[in-house]
Amino acid sequence: MSTSTAAPPTVVNFTVDGRQLSAPPGTLLIDACKRAGIEIPAFCYYEGYSLQAACRMCLVEVEKMPKLQTACTLPVMEGMIVRSETEQIHKARKGTLEFLLTNHPLDCPVCDKGGECELQDMVFRYGAGESRFTEIKNHEPERQWSPVVFYDPARCILCYRCVRACNEGMGVGALGVTNRGVVSEIAPNMVDHLDCDECGACIDICPVGALTSNTYRYKTRPWEMQHVGTVCTHCSNGCKTTLGVRNDEIVRGNNRDRSGINGEFLCVKGRYGFDVSTNEERVTSPMIRINGKLEAVSWSKALGFVAEKFRSVSTAGGSFGVVAGPHLTNEELFYLQKFTRAGLKTSNLDHARSGDLVTLLDALSGKTDALATSDDCYNTKAALVIGSDLSQQHPFLAFQLRADVRHHKANIYTVTPGPVREAKYSAQSIEVPVGGEFDALRNLTETLKGEQELVILFGDSIKGQRVRDLVEWASGLGIPVKYVCLVDYSNSRGAMDMGVMPNLLPGYEVDPHPGMSLGQMLSHETLDVLWVVGANPLRGKTLASKQAFVVTQTMFLEETSERADVVFPSASAYEKNGTVTNVTGQVQRLKAAVRTMGAKTDLEICGLLAKELGLAVEIGVWSHDVVFKEIHKSVRGYNVPLPILITGGAAATNPVNGRVAVDVRIEDIQSAGDTLFTSGELGRYSKLLTSVPEFPGALYKR
Amino acid sequence: MFNEPHPDEVRIITKRFGLPNSASIDTYLAHEGYVAFMKAAEMTPEAIIEELKVSSLRGRGGAGFPTGLKWSFIPRDNPKPKYVVVNADESEPGTCKDRLLIENDPHQLIEGCLIAARTIGCKLGYIYIRGEYRYLIDIMDKALAEAYAHGYLGKNIKGTGIDFDLYTHSGAGAYECGEESALLESLEGKRGVPRIRPPFPAVSGLYASPTVLNNVETFCSVPAILRMGGQAYADLGTPKNGGTRMLCVSGHVNRPGVYEIPLGFSMQKMIYDVCGGIRGGKKLKAVIPGGSSSPVLKADECDFPMDYDNYARMKTMAGSGGMMVMDEDTDIVKVALRTMRFYAHESCGWCIPCREGTTWLRKILTRMDEGTGRRADIDLIHELAKNMLGRTFCPLGDAAAMPTIGFVEKFREEFEARLRETVVPVTSPDQLIAIG
Repeated sequence: MSTSTAAPPTVVNFTVDGRQLSAPPGTLLIDACKRAGIEIPAFCYYEGYSLQAACRMCLVEVEKMPKLQTACTLPVMEGMIVRSETEQIHKARKGTLEFLLTNHPLDCPVCDKGGECELQDMVFRYGAGESRFTEIKNHEPERQWSPVVFYDPARCILCYRCVRACNEGMGVGALGVTNRGVVSEIAPNMVDHLDCDECGACIDICPVGALTSNTYRYKTRPWEMQHVGTVCTHCSNGCKTTLGVRNDEIVRGNNRDRSGINGEFLCVKGRYGFDVSTNEERVTSPMIRINGKLEAVSWSKALGFVAEKFRSVSTAGGSFGVVAGPHLTNEELFYLQKFTRAGLKTSNLDHARSGDLVTLLDALSGKTDALATSDDCYNTKAALVIGSDLSQQHPFLAFQLRADVRHHKANIYTVTPGPVREAKYSAQSIEVPVGGEFDALRNLTETLKGEQELVILFGDSIKGQRVRDLVEWASGLGIPVKYVCLVDYSNSRGAMDMGVMPNLLPGYEVDPHPGMSLGQMLSHETLDVLWVVGANPLRGKTLASKQAFVVTQTMFLEETSERADVVFPSASAYEKNGTVTNVTGQVQRLKAAVRTMGAKTDLEICGLLAKELGLAVEIGVWSHDVVFKEIHKSVRGYNVPLPILITGGAAATNPVNGRVAVDVRIEDIQSAGDTLFTSGELGRYSKLLTSVPEFPGALYKR
Repeated sequence: MFNEPHPDEVRIITKRFGLPNSASIDTYLAHEGYVAFMKAAEMTPEAIIEELKVSSLRGRGGAGFPTGLKWSFIPRDNPKPKYVVVNADESEPGTCKDRLLIENDPHQLIEGCLIAARTIGCKLGYIYIRGEYRYLIDIMDKALAEAYAHGYLGKNIKGTGIDFDLYTHSGAGAYECGEESALLESLEGKRGVPRIRPPFPAVSGLYASPTVLNNVETFCSVPAILRMGGQAYADLGTPKNGGTRMLCVSGHVNRPGVYEIPLGFSMQKMIYDVCGGIRGGKKLKAVIPGGSSSPVLKADECDFPMDYDNYARMKTMAGSGGMMVMDEDTDIVKVALRTMRFYAHESCGWCIPCREGTTWLRKILTRMDEGTGRRADIDLIHELAKNMLGRTFCPLGDAAAMPTIGFVEKFREEFEARLRETVVPVTSPDQLIAIG
């Protein structure tokens, strides 16, 4: 290292209310104070979004500055002396609140926000006891902008948080401001309605009750709910969501406490997709097909019937096929694979695979830390997206990249078969048909060599040999590269990690006795038993075996259950405990928020079946924590720090660091191509998702 | 509007006014047109800025910031393009000088822009013209076309190697867009709301590039300064208040109009000599000296030399030169209401104190004017205006608060006179029975 001359200071010292504080240069005063536990009130300031200085609540006294200064725009400076709680400041805050309340309706008793309203809190703390405003208030009627969003202009304090959340955070820009002065209001992009992601970020970020959601409004008061921190299981991104539960009913989903990898980010599915659990079409009782019709029966009868059939097929040396859903928990998947291999003595076990992680792991063997986490997507200096409409299929990862561009000026490159939202802020966007990706990549090679690091996110068009080609090409760039193999569902990654594959055991150990893949099972003409747990493999496909005895564990009577001989009602992800692993390999805890009459978790159903078959001792106790303990102990990469999990955090798993020498059937790998508004089998049972005008959406839409 | 010249006037930037075809380039060239630019082309940027500093020219848009200093802030080694932007969004009530400058002598403005461009090394400029001044855009566009035809705009202007393009841009009827950062937002095609400053336009202005942004009159003064020399220009006025400025006198005087007077000219002389005294021989009551945002002066305060520093000493401001003279019959409550109606209508809505405060004040003043004011309202008006002052995002809030505070403090008795006993017309009990 050469001797450094006049290196910029790494810390700035200043005083707030007599306290000596320090912060990195460039830190805004409001943030620096917050970190030191000094609250400076603000409506318009919002960490991570552009500055407004519009609400004038954060005014503070700074020595040597004649006027009060806005703490939200003032970077800390060496030797600065600040006072945040003086009579002058209190008077200013009181004055501003008095102005705000002139046209704000005092309908707190019926307002959704009452009890968690920032205006209410501020007035309680700084406001005047009585109003001097005796004029007539301006009023405008409430408007409905979409099946989700309602806007009440009278309550709006024009902090523009929603405008920024929509434009900067979501990259949609569906909200703006119309009119001028006191009659200004927030306006949707289609004049009287919204055409957007329907994500509801605007509603969550609203400090008052101006933006309200159709699913929550007038249903409850905030203090009457229990708040259950769990993980959204619609897509593979694994966003933390806090469910508001009242009387065993989920009434709200958000993540206002910013816990978890996603901070406050949630998409329409994470915020409103919980209504699948209360859909009246749910199966609530076990059913057996009697005279061609599914009839409700007791649990003991159904379990006995299935056990009997399993036993006889097993004795006769018949063939089993087991299909698991990528929405199941790690515990359920682990237990099921153990049941299949140890109990049914077969490896005919698979799930709907949507990304070729196996080949990636093999190609990367020997390279440690080559898999990116969601944090890496926010911190990387450059990212390359190949073959995915990220904003639609992986909304949280797209959000991370947008934030990366905003906060770190990252360069994003996309190589996709059609137009993507990332093109708006990317350094370069290339549209090529599937198969032509490598031509585009070769054109990018020289540019990317100039980057300091790269995160590559690739979809299902890169599989098999093409994954190896990609890794070889990337290693030629001469910069550190990390990868995200994009997969579809909440536990697609976990299903691979837990060995729900015909040729790989948990932790990607090669199975010495490989079985049939999903495709092979469906086309096997003499399959005796098809056991489907939380999946719908017969949607758009047929089962070749006419004789197969089909058992399903499901929430709804979908196509596979139509063919089933026995159907068990299973619990939704909102009704069970366990863990799931997201697309970037972070394992998180799922917590039961509600119960639904009649349904049992898939783990319990599998456990009861094991007991019925006399396999309970061999396969183990069907309690999620006991199964997790076994996973923690035995599955490679899952030896994660437990405190992170227990406190609702995301623990990074490190699956493998060595060869995974198996043949991958690339024809089995196919993304379902879900959009923002679809969610495999589940989405179509969400009334809210199917009610928005944007449903079902399309990928690569201009 | 432009009157017969008065002998006390010193006509520097209005000297071509009244000439036949004064807006044409031929007239302009015949009267020292583009001489200053050719001179500037020979000078170094530092020399031009020095000349401006010597001239002590201060911004004529309202704030009175020294122009030479402002231009010197432009980081000339910045690799970004630089811009010259003319603020012709003249919207301050009482002000009507920029329209005359464009209407009568548009080439003088073009030359001022050229010199600015030469100074900061800029190739592109915009003239942002108030939306209501539609007809001026035609005049300006015609002048620009003439300048291009004569080689005073475009590539390699008159062999100097200087390239400069200049365009007009129309506002859409918002007072707020006269605020420089809101003007830049509007010019960029966005909603006209002000920006957070710093950074100031000199560092990050139009398209986040270094920008010189001045009022029309300021740019128009620059060619004269280079022609006559900074010191000669400065000597016209008082120390630190160089040159002449245009004063737009309206209200109850015999000869209202726009006059070019040297800085430091006496206000008494202005009212009683230049403008011919108060209409109808009435007595003077008050003067709003620099556009509607400047605090009012009572009759006994209206005797001082009008330069920036003395306005400040009188706790008012030179503003944009819109001087409104009011005679003894003027109803100050109505004046306050009319002023507040303007600001409530023009508040952009960005920040809370201005957005809500102006409308609240308008509502109270309306009641006051209608005769349903309460005694507590007078103090309330005063206090609300004080609550706005210094706490708003941009100067519009101050512009609304300052005159209001001035009206209440200086003419409190007029507000009190409006508090009449409430008269409820009650019929006699007998009649009530009869109706009953």
